[in-house]
Amino acid sequence: MLVHSRGAKWAVWAVFFVLFLPLFALPLLVVLGASFATNWSSVLPSGLTAAHYDAATRGEALQALTTSLVTALAASLLALAVGTWAALAAHALPKPLRRVLDALFVLPVAVPSVVVGLAVLVAFSRPPLLLNGTRWIVILAHTVLVTAFAYQSVSAAVTRLDPAYEQAAASLGGRPAYVLWRIRLPLLLPSLTAAAGLCFALSMGELSATVMLYPPDWTPLPVLVYAATDRGALFAGSALAMVLMAATLTVLLVVSRIRTRASYR
Amino acid sequence: MNSGIRFDSVTVAYDGNVVLDALDLTVEPGEVMALLGPSGSGKTTALRAVAGFVRPVSGRVFLGGRDVTDLPPYRRGVGMVVQQYALFPHMRVEENVAFGLKAQKVAKGEIRGRVAQALDMTGMAAYARRHPRELSGGQQQRVAIARALAIRPGVLLLDEPLSALDARLRSGMLAELARLHRELPDVSILYVTHDQVEALTLADRIAVMDSARLRAYGTPRELYRSPSDEFTASFVGNANLLPVTVGEEGVFFGGRRIKVSGQAPGAADTLCVRPHLVGLGDGPNQLEGRVSEVQWRGATHRLYVDVDGHRVMADVRELKDPPSHGDAVTLHFAPDDAVLLAAGGSHD
Repeated sequence: MLVHSRGAKWAVWAVFFVLFLPLFALPLLVVLGASFATNWSSVLPSGLTAAHYDAATRGEALQALTTSLVTALAASLLALAVGTWAALAAHALPKPLRRVLDALFVLPVAVPSVVVGLAVLVAFSRPPLLLNGTRWIVILAHTVLVTAFAYQSVSAAVTRLDPAYEQAAASLGGRPAYVLWRIRLPLLLPSLTAAAGLCFALSMGELSATVMLYPPDWTPLPVLVYAATDRGALFAGSALAMVLMAATLTVLLVVSRIRTRASYR
Repeated sequence: MNSGIRFDSVTVAYDGNVVLDALDLTVEPGEVMALLGPSGSGKTTALRAVAGFVRPVSGRVFLGGRDVTDLPPYRRGVGMVVQQYALFPHMRVEENVAFGLKAQKVAKGEIRGRVAQALDMTGMAAYARRHPRELSGGQQQRVAIARALAIRPGVLLLDEPLSALDARLRSGMLAELARLHRELPDVSILYVTHDQVEALTLADRIAVMDSARLRAYGTPRELYRSPSDEFTASFVGNANLLPVTVGEEGVFFGGRRIKVSGQAPGAADTLCVRPHLVGLGDGPNQLEGRVSEVQWRGATHRLYVDVDGHRVMADVRELKDPPSHGDAVTLHFAPDDAVLLAAGGSHD
């Protein structure tokens, strides 16, 4: 949007703040405030303390953070591998088949994640693939949920990739596998890291399918946040939420640094 | 030597839409063949059929006598340079040039020497460590050529290689390409272009394409001096195309009898005269008309003269006292310089 007059610029900023602040920034600020509080009965929180953070970075909470990080890392890497593979394969398919594959990969997004959770639970609760009660069922459910996003963003990037590169490589004698490894994947790298970051962030925050599936020894951090607020420990829950957010943002920042170095133009 | 190209009745169609119609054409080993035509004429499709990126619905493609119609691109061993160069942006210049050698598993010790040789040949040795984005368009073009030549192809395919360059660079690169071909006399070059100057300058022979079909082919001189039809006449060089009637009594243009040296090809109805062969003043085959436009082009004047409602172009040496709009002038041309064209040349 191009806005030139001074008054109009101010108006745009005003609208932005009126919409953005209450909807996006304020709730987060409230959580930040609550995470340091022991009491919030007037306008501002009171009884400031760092005790919640102390609790949120040790013992059970630290265990849950590690669980979340490992789950998200495993799920996003698996999703990236599967999603990229599927996107590359779909690109080589004739159009009608590609549409079918597109639709198939949209399913986990279109269907509520509780349903995905239930489906995974039902499917893997009996032999031969008895995963219920293990950490693998959580990782599997997360992978199913985020693969859709990996597929979609990689698929868009594959379509945008100029076929001239792979054709030049093929005319120089590069076999398809060699061209994939040396030309196409490196050129897709910026999109791949973006997709991985997205998957990671989604997995870090996943709750609705997770609560149906997690075994006692594999409790991800969102479950703890939920449990804390559920029993009314809002301030302790806020601190856990801030830790979850900080951990996710840190990883995303690292990923985006890699991404900047991987983009060529 | 894997040199020379032969199209044997090659037809290419997309969804029943014919984009190349039964092309028969042979490029001899070491020959430069220009495929000249407007966009959509099928010339790029013909090139892509040689590279293996389009599959003919019928017909065969031969490279150096070998039928390659069913071979994938990576087993054809042709060098290709496209309009946008398609240099790999994540690789340095030397890695780009080495790509084909590594892909073909050339011995490691040999690669370095051949990369250096290819870069030397195109004058890019000093830029080996650069990334493509750090190079100008002309430099990228040279790297793309070096990359294609490094695999020592018998056939080099050039798809509008100069059209992304500005006019000054383009004439320099033309001379450069001509030099490269002198250094590699065994390599056949298929050069796709819509630019008649590039085709006339570089090609041993020109194949003129239009609407998915081969219109005419021959040496640049043949096509220029005696084009076979109106399309070729107007696409290879400029041309005055005048409607004439040919009968027992001779050739007539608007009631004037025209003397023409050559034979009329069957039922001819068009006379072709190149603008630079039309003179101002009295002479054989006189045409009287009025000047409708005068363009000064430095060394020449281009006159547009209205003769009985037909526009005749004349390129004459720069005039001290050029006629102006509306002046009556007389034009002439020599019987040797006019060619009769077959009827219905470009209207089928």
